[in-house]
Amino acid sequence: MAVITHLVLDVLKPHQPNALEFTNAIANRFPRLRVNLVVQEVDEKTESTFLTIGGDDINYDDIVQLISEMGASVHSIDEVEVVGDEVITTVG
Amino acid sequence: MVSKMFARLQFLLQLVRAQHIARRYFVTNGFDGVLAMLGLMTGFYVSDEIQRATMISASVGTAVALFMSGLSSAYISETAERQHELKELEHSMMTSLDNTAHADSARVTPILIALVNGLSPLIFALLIILPLWLPAHLLPGRLSPIVLAVCVALLLTFLLGVFLGQLSGRFWLWAGLRSLVVAVITSVLILLLHI
Repeated sequence: MAVITHLVLDVLKPHQPNALEFTNAIANRFPRLRVNLVVQEVDEKTESTFLTIGGDDINYDDIVQLISEMGASVHSIDEVEVVGDEVITTVG
Repeated sequence: MVSKMFARLQFLLQLVRAQHIARRYFVTNGFDGVLAMLGLMTGFYVSDEIQRATMISASVGTAVALFMSGLSSAYISETAERQHELKELEHSMMTSLDNTAHADSARVTPILIALVNGLSPLIFALLIILPLWLPAHLLPGRLSPIVLAVCVALLLTFLLGVFLGQLSGRFWLWAGLRSLVVAVITSVLILLLHI
């Protein structure tokens, strides 16, 4: 089965939790993932961000659920990298 | 398990920067409590022949009333404020935030702030009443319990001022003395009214 190794999400989030608290919460819940957040635009109560996540096996649904728990919402999947894990054996 | 719950609670409070609100309530209502008890003690001091049991009953009654007033007023106002902010955020996010940390925070924060707002004047009031409970031989320098209670109230006012001074980065002694002046004026006004 293929696994997701890289993900870029367009996320609309409230100002709180702030970028540091937001990414910390994701990294603490999924310790094997690398998390990066870039704020694109700041409005009165919200900010548009690009959330980049890297790792050996990213569970998209769990990530989206955690993002929702923090009051944010995923607008789109802007970039994704998927790796197939089928083992190829060669007979020599 | 407990550390996880504590971390979650800390996260929820951090969301609305509740520590700052709670600190403000602690000082504001604490100051209210101290001045109310100072007024009561000064009133006892200028009145003739009040039984100690009557003083204790009146003081404890006032302390409980301050606790209930602080608890209920902060809970009602903070609940309304948090719900209003949640609605505004939902409007900006264009989605419901029902099952999010923000909704949990809007439920939990008013309870904690209400506890701070209620307990702050209660604890200060009990500290001021304490000399009334002490047996005569434990009172320092043969002071009357009422005079000692007034001194405790003045000391607490000074300490609240020092605390505020440290928060604002002002010189602690000046900040403490400024609060003390307010307490002294309160006592003098009560004494003048009695004359």
